[in-house]
Amino acid sequence: MDAILLQILNGLDKGGAYALIALGLTLIFGTLGVVNFAHGALFMLGAFCAVTVNKAITLSAKVRDESVTFFEAYKDVPYLEMWLGETGSLIINWSIPISLLVAIPVMLGIGLAMERGLIRHFYKRPHADQILVTFGLAIVLQEIIKAFYGANPIPQTAPDFFSGTVNLGALIGMDLTYPTWRLVYFIFSMGIIAAVFSFLQFTTFGMVVRAGMADRETVQLLGINITKRFSTVFGIAAVVSGLAGLMYTPILPPDYHMGMDFLVLSFVVVVVGGMGSLPGAVAAGFLLGILQSLASMTEVKEIFPGIDQIIIYLIAMIVLLVRPRGLMGRKGVMED
Amino acid sequence: MAKSTVTPRSDLTLFLGFTLVVLAMPIWLQPFGAAYPDLMQKFAIFGLFAIGFNILFGQTGYLSFGHAAFIGVGSYATVWIFKLMTMNVIPAIIFGTLVAGIFSLVIGFICLRRTGIYFSILTLALAQMSYNLAYSVLTPITQGETGLQLSTKDMRLLDGAVADGAGIPPTNFFGIEMSAWDGLFGFYFCAFFLIVGFYISIRITRSSFGSMLRGIKTNQTRMMYTGLNTRPYKLAAFVISGMYAGLAGCLMAAVDPLAGAERMQWTASGEVVLMTILGGIGTLVGPVIGAAVIKYAENIFSAIDKSVLVDLFSFLPDTLGTFIASVVSLFVGKGWHLTLGLLFMLVVIFLPGGIMEGVERIKRRFFVKSRADSAE
Repeated sequence: MDAILLQILNGLDKGGAYALIALGLTLIFGTLGVVNFAHGALFMLGAFCAVTVNKAITLSAKVRDESVTFFEAYKDVPYLEMWLGETGSLIINWSIPISLLVAIPVMLGIGLAMERGLIRHFYKRPHADQILVTFGLAIVLQEIIKAFYGANPIPQTAPDFFSGTVNLGALIGMDLTYPTWRLVYFIFSMGIIAAVFSFLQFTTFGMVVRAGMADRETVQLLGINITKRFSTVFGIAAVVSGLAGLMYTPILPPDYHMGMDFLVLSFVVVVVGGMGSLPGAVAAGFLLGILQSLASMTEVKEIFPGIDQIIIYLIAMIVLLVRPRGLMGRKGVMED
Repeated sequence: MAKSTVTPRSDLTLFLGFTLVVLAMPIWLQPFGAAYPDLMQKFAIFGLFAIGFNILFGQTGYLSFGHAAFIGVGSYATVWIFKLMTMNVIPAIIFGTLVAGIFSLVIGFICLRRTGIYFSILTLALAQMSYNLAYSVLTPITQGETGLQLSTKDMRLLDGAVADGAGIPPTNFFGIEMSAWDGLFGFYFCAFFLIVGFYISIRITRSSFGSMLRGIKTNQTRMMYTGLNTRPYKLAAFVISGMYAGLAGCLMAAVDPLAGAERMQWTASGEVVLMTILGGIGTLVGPVIGAAVIKYAENIFSAIDKSVLVDLFSFLPDTLGTFIASVVSLFVGKGWHLTLGLLFMLVVIFLPGGIMEGVERIKRRFFVKSRADSAE
């Protein structure tokens, strides 16, 4: 029982990442009608925002190491530590939360630039063209990152404050030790999801966007510039998946193709949840994340060897054959 | 691309011209520095793959993102025949193509229930699943990460066991080794299949079956309103193109007898999409040209490294030369994929019809001009 609960918990952080990417994909698809194969690249770019900020604040000078007396030894001391002392090391330690502040405007900018510069010209083209051009863009983005940061994963560390584990089972008398950062990631993803939903549900802007998703022409006839709002939505979707990638860096060291790996799975998540359904995307994200981690239990693997590798695809196939629209798909979305 | 000028005679000319060009490859590729067997085999194999892909994507309008899986299945099946039965390539190729056909029948049966983007994602998911399986559970069959290789201990029922101390026997076609004639035999062997595949694709395009496929691409709903069941046609197109891919995989294994899971990765599927698009979707020769251009460019670009570039720009002032060399080096050598991605985007944005459309445009410009001249 403990083991199962623990696996469900383990699935939550991965599920959170799937849910956030799928949420962004669905937002873009629901508003602009564009299938964005470059969305995984946005996830990866977010992760590399963290890497860049970390690199920037740990810029170091070579200083003579006084503790070595036999010969002249040098060590790297970040400028921040030299100037600010203790505060400096604290800032470096908190580099990931700090990079959140940098990533939001950067990702918004990238998202808007992508929409204005490229995607906008593809609204009227067939879906196949949209898939292909964004696929090309994804390759270009990841190769650029590879050229600057190399091909190896770059490990990032969470702030000391969040390191270690918490025992979630203490309250109910069970032993469920769980890495703190994963818990943080889960709470963070829930927060972002809640923020996106309430933005769409409770603001005037969100109301207009929802109206535009339902009937674009009527909204335009009312004199509202829906195109402009939709490109903002694209920006928001870019921020959401960028932040998802950024916060994921302590769990999975970012490398240039992490986006592609997540993209394929997120597409499956979107299809299972139902194309164009935001709650469906979130629910399916967590569902598949949890199922995947349940399938990697040794007890399950003994019965079905290798099930952890294919469970997601298997579920997707079954769902599409039984409920072709996905779990919460709406009628009339992408049916032709 | 159905033009009123298409006649059996023009098709024959096209076919004969194509055959001639393919067979003469070792001669006319010489000035391009591409006339060595390894590369020409790649041209033929990937050309075949792209022709098959075009039957599904170009004619029927279904964008599959999982076609590399069939290449993998074909390769594995071929190598297994080499291991178990004989090193003669013919039984292996027949078996491999059949296995790929059956595999694509199963995949097609599932995926073709959906259309459009759903179809693309389903094929992507299934291919990715086969890739993962080949790496993990199916290791006894696929040898996982090392890849499936021949060894002297294989049983080879028909050939008999290898004598002690002898190496692994080479793949052969009734006694003629694939590497015979300085490797040219391997090329001509692949070229034969390319030409046959091309001929079949012409016949399919011109047949009523082909026009049915184009009908599905143009307006499937209308096809169904006329009382037609489109599923058998789609499934047939899917299986045919899967078998083409399988055959390509068999040929890969025939000229170089090993099979690895990385052939099934979805980036490999993306590559064939690019070949087809670059050459010209729905055209007959386009995919082959696209495949050849990409394989040629890959070969050229990935061989260039920074020192070559520095030499190349050495006529410029030092700093400027190094600067340009370092900028260009982003696009070549290991950065070749960046060029590939950019090419992909540029083609989709500016030339959705690929090279064939470009040729057509240029032709039209001259043709219109000459007509204007004669009108004066």
